[in-house]
Amino acid sequence: MSVLVWVEHDGKAVKDATLAAVTAAARLGEVEALVAGQGVDGVAQEAAKIAGVTKVLVADDASLGHALAENVAPLVVELMGSRDAFVAPATTTGKNIAPRVAALLDVMQISEVLSVESADTFTRPIYAGNAIATVQSKDGKKVLTIRGTAFEKAAAEGGSAAIEQVSAKGDQGLSSFEGSEIAQNARPELTSAKIIVSGGRALGSEEQFHQLIDPLADALGAGVGASRAAVDAGYAPNDYQVGQTGKIVAPEVYVAVGISGAIQHLAGMKDSKTIIAINKDEDAPIFQVADLGLVGDLFKVVPELTEKLAV
Amino acid sequence: MKVLVPVKRVLDYNVKPRVKADGTGVDLANVKMSMNPFDEIAVEEAIRLKDKGVTEIVVVSIGELKAQETLRTALAMGADRAILITSEEKVEPLGVAKLLKAVVDEEKPDLVILGKQAIDDDNNQTGQMLAGLLGVGQATFASKVELTADSVTVTREVDGGLETEKLKLPAVVTTDLRLNEPRYASLPNIMKAKSKPLATKTAAEYGVDVSPRLTTLKVTEPGKRQAGVKVADVDELVMKLKAMGVAK
Repeated sequence: MSVLVWVEHDGKAVKDATLAAVTAAARLGEVEALVAGQGVDGVAQEAAKIAGVTKVLVADDASLGHALAENVAPLVVELMGSRDAFVAPATTTGKNIAPRVAALLDVMQISEVLSVESADTFTRPIYAGNAIATVQSKDGKKVLTIRGTAFEKAAAEGGSAAIEQVSAKGDQGLSSFEGSEIAQNARPELTSAKIIVSGGRALGSEEQFHQLIDPLADALGAGVGASRAAVDAGYAPNDYQVGQTGKIVAPEVYVAVGISGAIQHLAGMKDSKTIIAINKDEDAPIFQVADLGLVGDLFKVVPELTEKLAV
Repeated sequence: MKVLVPVKRVLDYNVKPRVKADGTGVDLANVKMSMNPFDEIAVEEAIRLKDKGVTEIVVVSIGELKAQETLRTALAMGADRAILITSEEKVEPLGVAKLLKAVVDEEKPDLVILGKQAIDDDNNQTGQMLAGLLGVGQATFASKVELTADSVTVTREVDGGLETEKLKLPAVVTTDLRLNEPRYASLPNIMKAKSKPLATKTAAEYGVDVSPRLTTLKVTEPGKRQAGVKVADVDELVMKLKAMGVAK
């Protein structure tokens, strides 16, 4: 089976999510990687080094600069004429493009794949991760999005794939990119961080969120996350949100501070290796999944913890 | 200007899903069902666009007859009329997108607003598939929608921040949580909604093949986490963190 993998990148470097998608794709067959964008030579060079990638297809065109689904999908559909599966990481870009490709190929997509059981059988979470479905596809071609935290990352070095240029299909004239606001964050990226410190509504305000959560995260070299309640209350930006509707993370250590543990939040972090909960309510549902729990007032406990870790 | 809003009847988001013992699915007998939360946001957005040139809001649902209740809820919120497409079998996103395309071909809306995903199947596909089948622009994960006579400008929630796209109409938009706060239907509006038009059709009437492409072999409970321990104080937590190698 020949598999085309969508390379997630920011125009400069390959994003980690791609590496997990390559691992999943390699379970299906021979992996080719598609780098689409504008001025993406560097990204293509990097993609060619990923272990397991046999060929890198590069589509470099102004119309692909911001990965608009309307312009990317026709390109992927054409490339899929001679390939059997399209695999994208379940990032916002992957989720935006893959279903459009699937519809144009007249196949059902399988979203957020957790495991590849065979060439046509996969597992995926449903109901906010409260159930795992094993599904078999009858479609001739497969379109999958991969949950990054469910697969090991392929080695970023060691491969030596050939690079081949392919031509873009041009601007379809349906949509245009107007601008972006990317949050400045010097800390590790949430979806790839080894440790995450996450704050909830109990933090009380944006100031207290930063005063308490940020130093603790820095003491641990951790990324910073938030519950939906904290984001909705304006304590943290949208892209900090961990949960069913935010990011799905599975770090080595997840520290939940002042988070009660609603099922929608647990859906985003319950595959973390170790969960640590700090909450003053000893009956909070978060303690049912936490490996280590500390019942206490976070306004006392967190500064003390930060101080003792910094020593 | 006409807006079409597809809505789905799903297990209420507050209910903890139970996997059936025989592994065939999630038990939906005698549990509270509601409108998918993202679809409520879609209905709300359509209503808010009413003072910006939108003259008619048509809501559509696909599924069993009981989905009528979901449509009535949308009508009570402020939608003008409803279409129910009944199907004995569960229809997958691809089938739903094909049926919606048939509805769009008939109704010719300027804008289709869907939820970004349904909280039962968690697929996040239907809007994108519909846009692809229609050959129109798509803006997924919308947190802000600005409508003009011939275009829609949408701020999208993407990994790392926000992104703004402009689409030529007709177009498809899918809603994210922060787009708006859906209104509650008032009692008078619930009563009024009972007399608003609701057309019932079948998938076969649209001549669309909705036979499933995926077979669910089994549904299981996710792995349970081991019960943890509670530490007495910060010192003990620090000690454990050090033992794990997380802290120096």
